[in-house]
Amino acid sequence: MMRKELLKDPRVVRIVAPFLVGIVLVGSWQIVCVAFKVPVYLVPTPLNILQTLIANFGSLFAALLVTLKITLLAFLCAVVLGVAMAFLLVQGRIIEVSLFPYAILLQVTPVVAIAPLIIIWVKSPTPALVVCATLVALFPIISNTVLGLRSVNPGLLNLFKLNRATRWQTLVRLRIPSALPYFFGGLRISCGLALIGAVVAEFVAGTGGSGAGLAYQILQAGFQLNIPLMFAALLLIATTGVALFSCMAWLTHLSLRHWHESEMG
Amino acid sequence: MLMKCQEIDSVVSTVSPDSDTVLFANRVDKTYPNGTHALDDVRLRIQRGEFVSLLGPSGCGKSTLLRMFAGLEMPSAGHLRWWNEPRMPDYRQGRSMAMVFQEATLMPWADVASNVRLPLDLCKAGVEEREARVAQALELVGLSKSHKSYPRELSGGMQMRVSIARALAMQPNLLLMDEPFGALDEFTRNKLDADLRALWANRDLTVVFVTHSIYEAVFLSSKVVVMGASPGRVIGEVDIEGPAVRDENFRVSPEFLHYCQVLSDLLTRANVEHD
Ligand SMILES: Nc1ncnc2c1ncn2[C@@H]1O[C@H](COP(=O)(O)OP(=O)(O)OP(=O)(O)O)[C@@H](O)[C@H]1O
Ligand SMILES: [Mg+2]
Repeated sequence: MMRKELLKDPRVVRIVAPFLVGIVLVGSWQIVCVAFKVPVYLVPTPLNILQTLIANFGSLFAALLVTLKITLLAFLCAVVLGVAMAFLLVQGRIIEVSLFPYAILLQVTPVVAIAPLIIIWVKSPTPALVVCATLVALFPIISNTVLGLRSVNPGLLNLFKLNRATRWQTLVRLRIPSALPYFFGGLRISCGLALIGAVVAEFVAGTGGSGAGLAYQILQAGFQLNIPLMFAALLLIATTGVALFSCMAWLTHLSLRHWHESEMG
Repeated sequence: MLMKCQEIDSVVSTVSPDSDTVLFANRVDKTYPNGTHALDDVRLRIQRGEFVSLLGPSGCGKSTLLRMFAGLEMPSAGHLRWWNEPRMPDYRQGRSMAMVFQEATLMPWADVASNVRLPLDLCKAGVEEREARVAQALELVGLSKSHKSYPRELSGGMQMRVSIARALAMQPNLLLMDEPFGALDEFTRNKLDADLRALWANRDLTVVFVTHSIYEAVFLSSKVVVMGASPGRVIGEVDIEGPAVRDENFRVSPEFLHYCQVLSDLLTRANVEHD
């Protein structure tokens, strides 16, 4: 009886259902590997990976912190720059039509292609990597925030006009709140992209040494054909991505739960 | 040249503004950029303390005229006067205006009290005064208990009442309402009509009220302005001389039915002429 009611709670279901899927997947992976005697250097079993992760936890975790630092810095830059550019773009049609194509240019240029240039131009490694990752994460913030700042209920706009609201009052009390759901949508996409950008940039830079990130760990493991170590590093990257996304989802929920349809039910 | 002067003279002699005139429209024309001729030569004088309904079929330019009175739209020709001034006066004692739109138009991210307080916030009224006025306005529409609710938690009728409270919080002297009860059921609508009428009777308030409903117009108004479509124009004005205090009994009185008949005839005749 109790259990049935617990399973009806959508919050419980939201955690339990993916968890069960994960257990089934990992379980069958383990069983298939053991049953067919798949060699470790092709596909390691989940147990192998876990053992490797624990054995190399010190170096992996240090590398994770490096990658995470670049990701967060890039994400922060993307949010600040993206929001600033969005505000600039909505100031007028002329500004938007003259600048928006360049924002798109930024989006369609593959980061792998321009990363070497940036790494040459920006001498110290960390800022170079941050710049690359920022470029990847920037566009969704710009385009979503612009869309949001423009999606204002025309009736409310009339109401503000009727009450002789200043430009500033309209911005703070109307445009920014209207833009929030779109902005948060941008954040969710952008946080994952910042991580991808950071890892890709690390790959291209290939910098080793004490300040090396997870990408370098994967490269090294690849050279040594240490497949379980590769998987362990991959696992850390994926977990980080999911954690970042959950943070953003939680932030969205905190800000929109009272009023926006996306946070209902 | 001479003829033109005479023509204007004759207009001024029929409806000339005086010190009690709140709204005055002189030969107002409106053509939208897409070519729609929404209003043609509208002349209208609304006096202080009147309750005027704009009645007419859909598309006859009622909303357009009301939006012009609100300063949200400019006439293509002719001119408007607010309290005998060529521009809408800034907020000040005795000359404040508020509008209720066809939809509730509430900010979904703000609770009821914040929504009602918005106009006061925008014109920077005293902080203590704001709270007092919000409480009073919510009391008037019977929503004191819901001041912490969010708009999505309210029914359509309640949202509309919040929207009315927002207008009342301004303590306006001129209240413009665009079919405010159009989306409500008849029972709620009748109740809100009666409340609005009582509110109007108790203060220095001029109301311009847009409606499709002949019954609503007769029940509420001291004057009904009948409009016709394509192009939108004023067909006639009918003074309603009902009792000062109107209740449900008025709705079934012979007087009431007589006025409904008059308005209905006017509307039908306009449409026949048009065809
Ligand atoms: N922004 C606009 N641009 C072009 N035409 C418009 C615009 N707004 C209204 N119109 C046209 O002007 C005419 C009058 O419209 P209006 O909204 O004033 O009618 P209404 O009397 O309020 O009708 P309803 O009772 O259906 O609300 C209509 O023919 C409409 O198509
Ligand atoms: Mg209308």
